[in-house]
Amino acid sequence: MGTYKYHILVCGGTGCKSSQSTQIVQNLNEEIKANNLENFVKVVTTGCFGFCERGPIVKVLPDNSFYNYVKPEDATEIINEHIIKGRRVERLLFRDPVTNKPVTDSKHINFYQKQLRIVLRNCGVIDPENIEEYIARDGYLALYKCLNELTPTEVIDIIKRSGLRGRGGAGFPTGVKWEIAAASPGPEKYVVCNADEGDPGAFMDRSVLEGDPHSVLEAMAICGYAIGASHGLIYIRAEYPMAIKRLKIAIKQAEEYGLLGKNIFGTDFSFDIELRYGAGAFVCGEETALIHSMEGNRGEPTVKPPYPAVSGYKGKPTNVNNVETFANISPIIIKGPEWFASIGTEKSKGTKVFALAGKINNVGLIEVPMGITLREIIYEIGGGIKNDKKFKAIQTGGPSGGCLTEKHLDTPIEYETLVAAGSMMGSGGMIVMDEDDCMVSVAKFYLDFTVEESCGKCAPCRIGNKRLSEILDKITKGNGTMEDIELLKNLCMVIKDTALCGLGQTSPNPVQSTLENFWDEYVEHIVDKKCRANKCKDLIHYYIDPENCTGCMACARKCPVNAIAGERKQVHVINQDLCTKCGTCLETCKFNAVYII
Amino acid sequence: MSHIKIKLHENQLQFIKDTCKEFNYEPGELINILHKLQDKFGYLPSEVQEVVANELKIPTAKVFGVVTFYSYFTMVPKGKYPINICLGTACYVRGAEKILDEFKKQLNIKVGESTPDSKFSLNCLRCVGACGLAPVVMIGEKTYGRVAPDDVKKILSEYQND
Ligand SMILES: Cc1cc2nc3c(=O)[nH]c(=O)nc-3n(C[C@H](O)[C@H](O)[C@H](O)COP(=O)(O)O)c2cc1C
Repeated sequence: MGTYKYHILVCGGTGCKSSQSTQIVQNLNEEIKANNLENFVKVVTTGCFGFCERGPIVKVLPDNSFYNYVKPEDATEIINEHIIKGRRVERLLFRDPVTNKPVTDSKHINFYQKQLRIVLRNCGVIDPENIEEYIARDGYLALYKCLNELTPTEVIDIIKRSGLRGRGGAGFPTGVKWEIAAASPGPEKYVVCNADEGDPGAFMDRSVLEGDPHSVLEAMAICGYAIGASHGLIYIRAEYPMAIKRLKIAIKQAEEYGLLGKNIFGTDFSFDIELRYGAGAFVCGEETALIHSMEGNRGEPTVKPPYPAVSGYKGKPTNVNNVETFANISPIIIKGPEWFASIGTEKSKGTKVFALAGKINNVGLIEVPMGITLREIIYEIGGGIKNDKKFKAIQTGGPSGGCLTEKHLDTPIEYETLVAAGSMMGSGGMIVMDEDDCMVSVAKFYLDFTVEESCGKCAPCRIGNKRLSEILDKITKGNGTMEDIELLKNLCMVIKDTALCGLGQTSPNPVQSTLENFWDEYVEHIVDKKCRANKCKDLIHYYIDPENCTGCMACARKCPVNAIAGERKQVHVINQDLCTKCGTCLETCKFNAVYII
Repeated sequence: MSHIKIKLHENQLQFIKDTCKEFNYEPGELINILHKLQDKFGYLPSEVQEVVANELKIPTAKVFGVVTFYSYFTMVPKGKYPINICLGTACYVRGAEKILDEFKKQLNIKVGESTPDSKFSLNCLRCVGACGLAPVVMIGEKTYGRVAPDDVKKILSEYQND
């Protein structure tokens, strides 16, 4: 990284940018200028460090000091103390949550210790807007090797032997997919990168595109060489403006360096890449819908076969892979398939990136070897449940997935074990829930999502999911019956068996999985008219405990509907007819006098 | 199609035509064309759709079908400050619904509506990917993280003098 004594890496991922990391960079640069240190220290805006919980994050090299929760005004101290005087700014250093001692070297932070970074190898390390930094870390070497030393068949063979499976959800072997596309006849073929990332609560693909866009471009070109395609398309959601911007810069730079375009590395292989934008439709992540959307149509799925590898974009053979799948390709080519296959488990090789979010201490992006257990992820990497609450469930696979509970904590994470546990790998969203989450409401949350996102083409999905959501709504309102549960179960099976595409075929999973794991909660809602998490408004009532109430009037003043009556220094009472159960009184009361039953 | 009737100015009409030309009148580029037009006009009223259909020589119904399929496209104008509440799962489990309720109450509008003075409009979206900051609210380009119901009033007051 040049001749500078220090490099200051500032996270430029969406999370940290939202909390003013741009201003931090600007302030650092101003301080550097004011102190004439331009040849001594360099500020680099990188992609996501993954540790979003602690953002904005600033890391200083070569000593690996890891500063968290940095504010723009801290720039002065970082330059004056750390850079000029060589003393770490102790108060900004990451502190170990258990010992509360500052950790001086980021390598010793628990959050990173169990991680293994292949896909995220460059995220938080290089400047994603500078192709030279990617090249300096063996970038485009794999493409060079493929074009000059390997035949397309050999490339496919390497990917097959690595055991790499698709990271977009279903886990189809990538090498086999390439082989089918390569065998499909035709002079015109396409390589498509699926960057639609529709699972709410997932941000793996976005972080790769923002932090290391060239890794995807290079892999797409390798795929093009392997299957005989000279055009690539990236379908990216319009909600990711920063990823779009970085991709555009990366494509332009790669073209200028002759790494995309005509006659790459002087060979007769040519490959170009174009961007196509999504417009906010979850179903467009499904590959046939995605292709229709790229053709300018409504993103409605069609029946497979024919598979895209045979007839895809414009009716031509098309290979669709996920962003993360592509990001694995170059390391496999360089380090060899045996190296990759040595990581992970028998059937699931390599690593998986997960977006860890919800009620967990260390929200962020993690990359772990396949086969790791949920316990390691939640308690070692994730730092445990927020506010020392009790762990209840972890949701994987988004609207197509299910909940894993206490009893799954020691199950190794693989494609097959997750399916057996009633969930799925999905694209990698992991939402942690605690005792305050109502599982019936969570199922309803996902069904409401599916109802909104169903394209409406097939009846089982359009009508069936709506019915599921209505029944769940009825149960959360305290009007459910035990027959409703039977109906739910039947409907789930019918929808799964008859829906046209993967959306409807998996949308009942959240219902089935919560029924399976949280049967008691359903029964409580129906029979006892109770919600143990106190989430379902129709099943709870707020009361004031006369023992604890001091008559301070704080709750009465705050109540938005004036439902609380009472004089100063006298016990207050909530009028149940007026109460909207917003919970403001509970949050306001300083004397623990408000309670729920 | 839409209840709002507008008349396009000559230069707006020209912009639509130029955009279609820029994309070679290629029906396959319809979504890219609509993105560009919505960026410019803020929304896609039926009058705009009709011109696009004419230029690309495709039925207006096809354009309408695409506009209504994708939630990113809107046929009603947004407020000067569009408010978007993230209802992704991470924000949901960290209380996004309460934040939404508070915005509804403060502004006295429903989701998908604008305030009578067109200053604010209220919408929901699914995951902006800033899950570490959940619950998240976006107003225009600005992101607010770790929002509590009590913060809503203060956030809105930032826009008071505009
Ligand atoms: C409803 C639905 C949504 C999907 N969304 C995505 C997505 O957002 N990103 C993705 O890569 N794959 C998604 N998929 C999977 C794709 O159809 C396809 O299998 C994948 O892009 C193939 O790439 P891979 O083999 O590299 O995983 C979705 C599938 C379904 C049924």
